[in-house]
Amino acid sequence: MNNKNNKNDKNDRMQDLRVDIGGGLQLKNPVMTASGTFGYGREFESFADLDNLGAIVVKGISLRPRPGNPPPRIVETACGMLNAIGLENVGLEAFIKDKLPYLKGHKCPLIVNVLGDSIEEYRHLAAGLDQEEGISALELNISCPNVKKGGVAFGSQPGLAEELTSTVRQATSLPLIVKLSPNVSDIGAMARAAEAGGANAVSLINTLIGMAIDIRLRRPVLANITGGLSGPAIKPVALRMVWQAADAVRIPVIGIGGISTWQDAMEFILAGASAIQVGTANFFNPASVDEIQAGIRRYMRENNIDQLQNLIGAAKGGK
Amino acid sequence: MIQVKRQIILNESLGADIYRLSIQAPEIAAAAQAGQFIMVKAGMGFDPLLRRPFSIHQVEGDEIRILFKRLGKGTALLSKLNAGERLDILGPLGNAFTLKQPPCCLIGGGMGVAPLLFLAQTMLSRGITPHILLGARNKEELMAFLPAFQALGCPLQYATDDGSMGQRGFIIEALPPLLAKDNKVKWQVYSCGPYPMMRAVAAICHSKWPCQVSMETMMACGISACLGCTVTARNTNEKGGQYLHVCQDGPVFAADRIEWKS
Ligand SMILES: Cc1cc2nc3c(=O)[nH]c(=O)nc-3n(C[C@H](O)[C@H](O)[C@H](O)COP(=O)(O)OP(=O)(O)OC[C@H]3O[C@@H](n4cnc5c(N)ncnc54)[C@H](O)[C@@H]3O)c2cc1C
Ligand SMILES: Cc1cc2nc3c(=O)[nH]c(=O)nc-3n(C[C@H](O)[C@H](O)[C@H](O)COP(=O)(O)O)c2cc1C
Ligand code: FES
Repeated sequence: MNNKNNKNDKNDRMQDLRVDIGGGLQLKNPVMTASGTFGYGREFESFADLDNLGAIVVKGISLRPRPGNPPPRIVETACGMLNAIGLENVGLEAFIKDKLPYLKGHKCPLIVNVLGDSIEEYRHLAAGLDQEEGISALELNISCPNVKKGGVAFGSQPGLAEELTSTVRQATSLPLIVKLSPNVSDIGAMARAAEAGGANAVSLINTLIGMAIDIRLRRPVLANITGGLSGPAIKPVALRMVWQAADAVRIPVIGIGGISTWQDAMEFILAGASAIQVGTANFFNPASVDEIQAGIRRYMRENNIDQLQNLIGAAKGGK
Repeated sequence: MIQVKRQIILNESLGADIYRLSIQAPEIAAAAQAGQFIMVKAGMGFDPLLRRPFSIHQVEGDEIRILFKRLGKGTALLSKLNAGERLDILGPLGNAFTLKQPPCCLIGGGMGVAPLLFLAQTMLSRGITPHILLGARNKEELMAFLPAFQALGCPLQYATDDGSMGQRGFIIEALPPLLAKDNKVKWQVYSCGPYPMMRAVAAICHSKWPCQVSMETMMACGISACLGCTVTARNTNEKGGQYLHVCQDGPVFAADRIEWKS
């Protein structure tokens, strides 16, 4: 038994899964959890090895607690699901008091996803979290409506996204990841806006807006009418956008969208993602983050790849 | 709670599209309490994608059983499973019914009867004999689950919507006379069934008899990660939130905590 373990250790040391995601933040492996799909970490402690994750990204935090949308909030669709959770969360204060101590006790980097309905709110959040120990980076969810601008999403206009990013940039010295919305016509322009605003990395994609109708009741299934589509159904769209974003910017790109297996993860890395986030897959397979990481390691071993870093964007050929 | 792949011991078709599935799951059987549920992965692929929640119907030694009705994609796949095949399950999840001083009345309808068998068995093992009221659409549906309840030897009443067996109409009609029999007696009511039935039970019990209901919602995870499984709370809860999460705060709630929709 002992011998076998030693042998595995040795094998593991031969594969270097470390990746850089900007702002000086290096992950020991590229597998992170996507915001809103892994709770605040603790929910998964009996299923996955939290210490072994590349990073944990927690549920989006706003300045004050948000109750979220009325039910029904979710519905399954072919190979995917729609959600209209409405960004329910405990708020900054309770996050720091109740959730952060547990997360700080783990060896993996903690990335806090933040959201707001004004640039001011994002700035306050970033400044507040900047004071706290144990946080490795911030991820800005810019898919939220800007209340002051009539509800138009920050993530739908390059000018607005750049203004938001640069304001937050000034409020914190933490590495800053801007999480892009796919509900735009030119994802490259959005990625460039985040880069211009001072982001250290971009992550994409957030959910695609969709809907479902109950034909028996003849009304939308979700109380919110529309919801965000996630899961395997969105993977080809996400992969295309990651490919385009990687072409558009020099900062690292983090791939998200339908990743459920290690093969999916490899596709994103080969398309130019420096790291990946697993979302909906955590729901139907809470051990998926561990399995994906083990699969990447195996793929590297079988293909004699020493450093994962060398495979990032490899599908782009000479580029 | 754990995630395990365990062998199916038996998958019985009980008629009316209802099945009883027995799974060898010692860890879950040892920890399970009446009212808790498991999340089951139906099929290997991405369609259906999400696990499906089912109440724990019975615990027999190392075995857990679920009682389910074939409705859509997930339950159709589950209905075709054979003994010897393996099933990926998560559990036990959620809270449990709270056992209180008798007399106790259990009232269930349709697949809502599933957790009540486990509850009745738990009560019997503590020396409590519950009074059981069961409702079904028709004789065929009733006969799918009635024998398991009859075997308990508790006082039992039943009704079918079409009168093909037992009382004709809704079983809920049998509740007020039972509770009102003796005004000095503090009945504890436990209910699981279709939403309108539990709403009616809650209305009958309101401010007179303590009542626990087991709620159903759509669930993506069952482990309080997605926040999708909400029901609206009657009063703002302790945390200041307006919503209750069925997989975490429930599935069992005091009926008065729920904002019942018409
Ligand atoms: C805590 C809990 C315990 C449950 N226990 C049992 C049980 O013991 N036995 C049993 O037969 N069923 C139980 N259910 C309901 C069961 O989960 C659904 O019937 C099942 O998920 C349907 O899956 P499907 O793929 O066959 O149907 P789908 O194709 O997903 O849908 C078919 C129909 O079922 C409805 N439905 C889907 N999911 C749910 C759900 N979670 N709750 C209510 N309706 C749903 C859909 O709206 C649709 O009308 C329980 C649900 C919860 C939340
Ligand atoms: C139930 C649910 C809640 C989510 N909550 C958030 C959130 O709070 N903040 C955020 O930036 N993204 C949120 N997301 C989006 C995911 O992080 C991810 O970008 C998206 O689901 C696509 O990845 P997937 O297909 O792997 O799930 C949520 C997704 C789901 C399904
Ligand atoms: S089902 Fe996901 S939080 Fe309850």
